[in-house]
This record gives sequence, C-alpha cells and structure tokens, in this order.
Amino acid sequence: MPDTPSDDTVPDPMSLANARTEWLAAAALPTPDPQLPEWFRELQTRSWRDLVTLPDPKRTDENWRFATLKLSRMDALEPAVAPAESQIAEVLERSEFTPHAAARFVFLNGRPVLTDPGELTGRAGVICLPLREAILTQGELVRAHFMREGAPLGGAKFAALHGAADLDGIFLHVAEGTKVEGAVEIYHWATGENTAVFPHTLIVAEDQADIRVIEYFCSLNPHDATVAVALTDLAAERGGQIEYTALQNWNGHSRHVQINATRVGRDAKARGCFVNLGSRWTRTESLSRMTGTGADSRMLSVNLATGEQEFDQRTLQSHEAERTTSDLLYKNALYDKSRTIFSGLIRVDKGAHFTDAFQTCRNLLGSDEAEANSMPGLEINADEVKCSHGSTSGQISDDEIFYLRARGIPASDARKMITLGFLNQVIDHIEAEEVRDHVHRLVEEKFLNVVE
Amino acid sequence: MSHDSATLEAVQIESDGNFSYPEDYDLDAGYGLNAGVVDYISNVKDEADWLRDFRQRALKVFEDKPMPTHWASRDLENIHFQNIRYYLAKKQRATRRWEDVPDDVKRTFERLGIPEKERKFLAGVEAQFDSEAAYSNIKDEVAKDGVIFVNSTEGLREHPELFRKWFGKVIPTGDNKFSALNSAVFSGGSFIYVPPGVKVRHPLQAYFRINAEQFGQFERTLIIVDEGAEVTYMEGCTAPKFDTATLHSAVVELVAMKDAKIQYITVQNWSNNVFNLVTKRAIAHENAEVRWIDCNIGSRLTMKYPGVVMKGRKARGEVISIALANTGQHQDTGAKMIHAADETTSNVVSKSISVGEGRSTYRGQVHIPRHLKGCRNNTECDALLINSRSRTDTYPAITVRGNQHAVQHEASVSQVSAEQIFYMQQRGLSEGEAMSLSVNGFVNDLVREFPMEYSVELKRLIDLEMEGSVG
Repeated sequence: MPDTPSDDTVPDPMSLANARTEWLAAAALPTPDPQLPEWFRELQTRSWRDLVTLPDPKRTDENWRFATLKLSRMDALEPAVAPAESQIAEVLERSEFTPHAAARFVFLNGRPVLTDPGELTGRAGVICLPLREAILTQGELVRAHFMREGAPLGGAKFAALHGAADLDGIFLHVAEGTKVEGAVEIYHWATGENTAVFPHTLIVAEDQADIRVIEYFCSLNPHDATVAVALTDLAAERGGQIEYTALQNWNGHSRHVQINATRVGRDAKARGCFVNLGSRWTRTESLSRMTGTGADSRMLSVNLATGEQEFDQRTLQSHEAERTTSDLLYKNALYDKSRTIFSGLIRVDKGAHFTDAFQTCRNLLGSDEAEANSMPGLEINADEVKCSHGSTSGQISDDEIFYLRARGIPASDARKMITLGFLNQVIDHIEAEEVRDHVHRLVEEKFLNVVE
Repeated sequence: MSHDSATLEAVQIESDGNFSYPEDYDLDAGYGLNAGVVDYISNVKDEADWLRDFRQRALKVFEDKPMPTHWASRDLENIHFQNIRYYLAKKQRATRRWEDVPDDVKRTFERLGIPEKERKFLAGVEAQFDSEAAYSNIKDEVAKDGVIFVNSTEGLREHPELFRKWFGKVIPTGDNKFSALNSAVFSGGSFIYVPPGVKVRHPLQAYFRINAEQFGQFERTLIIVDEGAEVTYMEGCTAPKFDTATLHSAVVELVAMKDAKIQYITVQNWSNNVFNLVTKRAIAHENAEVRWIDCNIGSRLTMKYPGVVMKGRKARGEVISIALANTGQHQDTGAKMIHAADETTSNVVSKSISVGEGRSTYRGQVHIPRHLKGCRNNTECDALLINSRSRTDTYPAITVRGNQHAVQHEASVSQVSAEQIFYMQQRGLSEGEAMSLSVNGFVNDLVREFPMEYSVELKRLIDLEMEGSVG
C-alpha cells in the first residue's frame, strides 16, 4: 500500500557493527573443527559472512509486514552450556515417547543426550544419526541436501546465524523402497537464560521410501528465556513420502524461529504440520517446492495463541513442474492480547500447467484484544491452473453456543468444545496415529490450563 | 458479434481516443520539476498564500519520499520526472458555453462524444484538456438546488470556506509519493458540493484528456456530500498513443456526511503508454455509503487502490473493480477498507482478466482495529487467465482485532477452458468471439452494477481488447 513508510536502503555502517556484536555473540561461533569436511567449514564461513552483511529485518520488507520487529532482535544471547547430569536425567524422564516410536532422540542445549535408533538399529536402507556424526561419516549424502534452499521468506539472517553456529540435530536417510513403521521422535530441550540452540533436521526419502518424524521443542523450566533457530530440510524423491510434525511448546518467555524447506519430487508426497502452543514469539517460514510432475504437498498448522504470544508464519507454495498439487490449511485460535500473522503465497511458475493449489487460513478470535493478520497471496504465471485461497476471521457465533447450552452444556464448555473442534480439523490430517493423539492431548492440555 | 465498420470506427474513437491535435499552449511550465515550476502554477492560478505554502511543502515531501519499489513494480523506475511537463494550458477559463470552447479542444471532445452524452443523460459535465478544464457546465435545475460543480482552481478561489475544511484531509500530502506529487502540482479536477438532502438524480461527469506528449496530468477532485444527500459521479479518461511515457497522477477525496451516498464510477482507458498512479479515498460518516466502481482497461501501469474510511456507525464501503491487462500492461489495483466505527460493513469484489502477456494484480487491505464491534468485510477476487503467458497475482492483507467481527476473503484463478471455446465454436462462433463471450460472462454480474451507458461501452471495450487475443 502506498502509505507504507520507507527506510533508506543504504546499510548504515554503525548498524553493521551492531549486528556483528549482537548476532555473532549469539551465534557462539564454534572454533573451526579440522575434523569436519571442507565443504561444511566453507558453509560455516559463508554463513558467518552473510550474518555480518545481511541487514536486520525491517519494516519495509514485505516479509516482515505486521511483525513486531523488536521480538526478532537476537541480542544478548549466550552460548549453550553443557548440561549437568541431573538435568540430563530430568529431560530423559520428561521426554514422553509413544510406545511404537521407531527411534528416540533427546537433545539438551543442542547436545545429544539420548541416541536410541531403536528398531532402526542396523536396518538396511536407513541411516539415522545425530547430524554432527553424519557430517563426519556420511558427508556426501548430507551435503546433497543440507541448507540448499536458503531462506527466501525473510529469515535469511536467521539461516545465516544457524549455519554459522554450533548446530546439531538429526540426519535421517531412507533408501529406495524402504518403509519405516512408527515415527522417529525427537525432543529438543533448552535451559539457561538467553541460551541459544540451533536444531537441524535433515530428512531424505529416496524413491518410494516412506518416513514419519515428530519433533518436540520444550523448556526445562518455566522461566529461562531461550532462543531456538531451527532449520528443517526435507526432500522426498520420486514416489517418496515424508510426514513431518513440529510441536513447539517452549515456555512463555522463549523465542522460536523455524525455517523449513521441503522439496517434493516426482509423484512424491510431503506433509508438514507446525503446532505452536508455547513461546513468547514464534516465527515459522515454510517453503514447499513441487519440482516433479505429480508432486503433492500438504501444509498444515495449528496455533493456539494466548497471553501476549505472537505467532508469525510465512509460507510459499512453489509449483515448478506440471500437474502438481499443494494444499495448505492453517488455523489460529486467539485469546487475550495474542497476535498472529499469516502470509502465504502460491507461486505457479511458467510452464507449471495443470497446477492445483489451495490455501486456507482461518482465525477464530476469542477475545476483544486479539489480533489476526492474514496476507494470502497468489502469483500465477501458467495456464490451466486451479488455484484458490481463502481467509476468514470471526468468532464463535451465539447460535452455536445456544445450541449446545440447550443440550445442557455450560457456555464455557461449549466454547472450548467448539474451539477444540476447530483446531482438531487440522490435527486430524496427521497420518501417524500415535503422533496425532499426542498432539491432540497437548493442545487440549494447554487449552484447559490457559484458556478460562 | 462482429462489428460493422461504422460501429468499429465509433468505438475506436471513443475507446482509443488515439488522435491528437498540434500543441499550441499559451502557458507551459516547461520540462522538469522544481520549486520554480510549482511557483509558476501558483502564479498562473493567482493562488492564496496558504495554497502556495501547501504546494511547496508537498514538493519537499515528494522529493524526500523514495519510490515504493520495495513492494511495487520496478516499472516505476522508468518514470523520469525531469522529462515531464507539469503544466500546459491555453489562456482560457473553463467556459459554460460549448461554443466558446477553443476549436481544436472542442473537436477533441466532440470526437469523444461528450456533448451528446451530456444532452442525453448527464446532470453536469466538466471536460479537462491537459492541465485545465476547457468546459464545465451544470444543468440549471441542479444548480438551483445549491449543488456546486466547478474545477479545483475555481472551487478553492470561490468557495474556500467549503472546500478548505476537507482539502488534503482525507488523503494527506504525505500519504504516498504520488499524492505528494499531486499536492505540489495539481491542476484541474472537480470540486463538488451537494447540500443536505439534495439527491442529484442524474450523474455528474468529468472527462479527462491528455493531448500533449511527455506531459503529466494531475487533477485533484474533492466531493463533499452533505447530510442525507446523494450523488453519482463518473469520470472517463483517454490519451493518444505517444512514443514516450505520460504520467497521470490524480488525488480524489470523497466526504460522505451522515446518511449521504456517493457513487464514484471510473472507466479508465488511457493509452498504454500512460503511468496511471492514482490515490482515491473516501470518508464515510454515520450511516453513509460510498461505492467505488472502478474499471481499468487502459494504461501501461495502473496503481490504484480506492479506499473507504468508515468513520461513523453503520457506515458502508464498497469497491467493485474490473481490470483487464493486455500485453504491455500491468493493472495493479485493489481496495482499502478501514473500519473505524462499530457496525461498519465493507464489500470488495474484484475481477481481473489477463490477456497475452498482461499482468493483473490485486492488492487489498482490510483493517479492523480493537474495541470495535459488529464490523463485517467480504472480499472476493477472481482472476481469469486467457493465455499461457498471462500473469495474475493477489496480495491481500487483513488485520482483525477483537472477537466481534466477521471477515472473509476468497480468491480464485481460472482459465477459459478449451471445452468451453470448442463448444461455442461448434455453434458457429469464431474463436475470438467465443473468448469474448466467455470474458463478458465472467464480468457480467459486475458490469450490471454500472449505469446502462457505461455497461454498454464496457462491453464494447472488452470485445475490442479480446480481438486477436487468441490463436
């Protein structure tokens, strides 16, 4: 809109200097490890350079429109310290795995404290390792998919921070035709005021392979304000299937940035679901690239925002081949003074004919001070496409409440039922049954505890 | 649906307006923009000091503001402000008698069919030729009711008490770079005041014509409709096809007082070398209704997002928009709905058609601040793509605070299917005719909102644009 104020475009040398001190201290840069392969050290150096030169998010950047910029500032962060034995015991105790988890991993302050490949141990066709280890032993496989897509939705500086930092996470590679039953379950815990962690998840499903993964992000205590800058790279090759779920449940002082890039190849299917319950501020950027004919991407998100939480979500559905499909459904339930921002773009490239692309964002406002911002966008350059987007914002209607009260349900219960039903419509799309049940339970838990 | 040659010629003249007369201007501010040019305009118009200050301040704002290319098309960088003339006029005041209009100007408007239209169905007409109005007339019975319909120069000179109160208030100078530019060099445009309770039965019409090359037209329109009054205003615009880019940057402010109704209809058919960068906004007071009916067929780049600020309880705002982008054109249009009172409702319906390598963009903003209740917005954007090289984009932004509102937005993109075309061809229509029929069907429910004369003209324009678009 023409009334958007505009900053100057020339970077101010002072702000560069500030970026250096503020963001680099945060990155807790690792001393170059000569054991690491050359390509990885180069990537770290490149990330370092980007971190210094890239500007901070600013108001005039459309990718940061409506965002509360001060929440995105990464200053005064501390490197994660090695956890104490008692803390390790505590997180192991508190990490709830489902009975049929295919593999179990627990990270505390960025370090693996439980590595249990479970049923995947020694299984042919599956590589499931902490990422650091994979970089050393499976270098070329990692390299082929690691941080290939950049961060086109505004978070380039965060991606640079991640790349330069002491990252760790999971490398999961499923070879051609291999199907993994159950889900790989990963916990990321953090503790310590201003501690920054950099979880990285890299999942590759080769031709006809099939894998499900869930990640939980949890705080060890309710008061330490931590920061997570997570990157998730997913690649589904020809006919491969990946289902990825992130359940973000940090304490209310912490901040979470997650940059996701999903590449869906020929006839492959990807399903990504972001559930946001915790944190003071969460920013997710999710890119889905449909690169092969018949590719199909499902993008889901459930957000239950209360207090002063701000959930800022940016998505891009990029159709780059013929006859591809993408379907996005994001739902936000807002209470108190919370804010949500949804900015989604469907981009259909030249030549990506016969694309079917859909995008829906629904906001259910439960208080007079909550704020929902929606920017559903379309850029269509091809022929014979079916595209639509819809966005609604509203509240529970009095008629619905009346209907339930007439059946003896008190108004407050009726409201909860309707809101949960609203969110469950998204959760029900998660295919892995145990994961779905767990997500249901955590959403209900927050709902009952936080929303009166 | 083929056109006989006479119809074609008539339409060609009306729609393209691709002819011009030799330039001989008495008043020419020269090329480029600086404080002196702004002074020149003030001097020619013999303006009051406050207005001179207003213009000079606006010039500074314009110079300080960057181009909004961080979100808008980079094509804006092709506007060379120093290669444009900012004021061109002949030394006449706008006349009320058609006979007194200078011959070449008269011929221009006669070829465009203005006098017949006035006789047929208009309550008043203003015709602007480059920077100044050449002709301005209002029917006696309308004038008798106290309706004022003059050009901006006259309005500010003769009725400062009426117009100064709202002038630059709906759209402040600093709203955007081009509103600042307009505020510095504006000339022409309509000033309308409708007294309380007066319902103007027939539309008032303004006609804007650019005749000169490398010229910028900057008209400024302010319409104030007092309590319980109603008016319909229509504007049409054409320019000949020159080799160089021409700039049109208008500011249109509407004020609808309590219970008032304004309908503002635009059929924009600039030739496709015109940069059409227009700021249009209305304030609707209690129970007032403002409707923008906006149709963009011409121009090289149009950026226009008519807005309504609903300031009073139960105010209503509506934007109905049709855009057609052919090869070499970018129609970047949309709507802004700012809800600022309880129980306000707004509706946006936008249909765009991209033909050849044309690009159409919808950009919208809906804003509902906190502590209001009962606000509603409905937005629908539908896009039709004709060829595989056409492009369409949609970028709405919706902010809702609080839990007592209902907002919905929907958009769809579709294609004229090969089956549809084949079906009609089987029944004897040519491919072009079939395409034209499909497109007319796509916009038909919106075209019906237009007054009869305009809907006929629009249909013809669409037929013309669709010719040769296939195959």
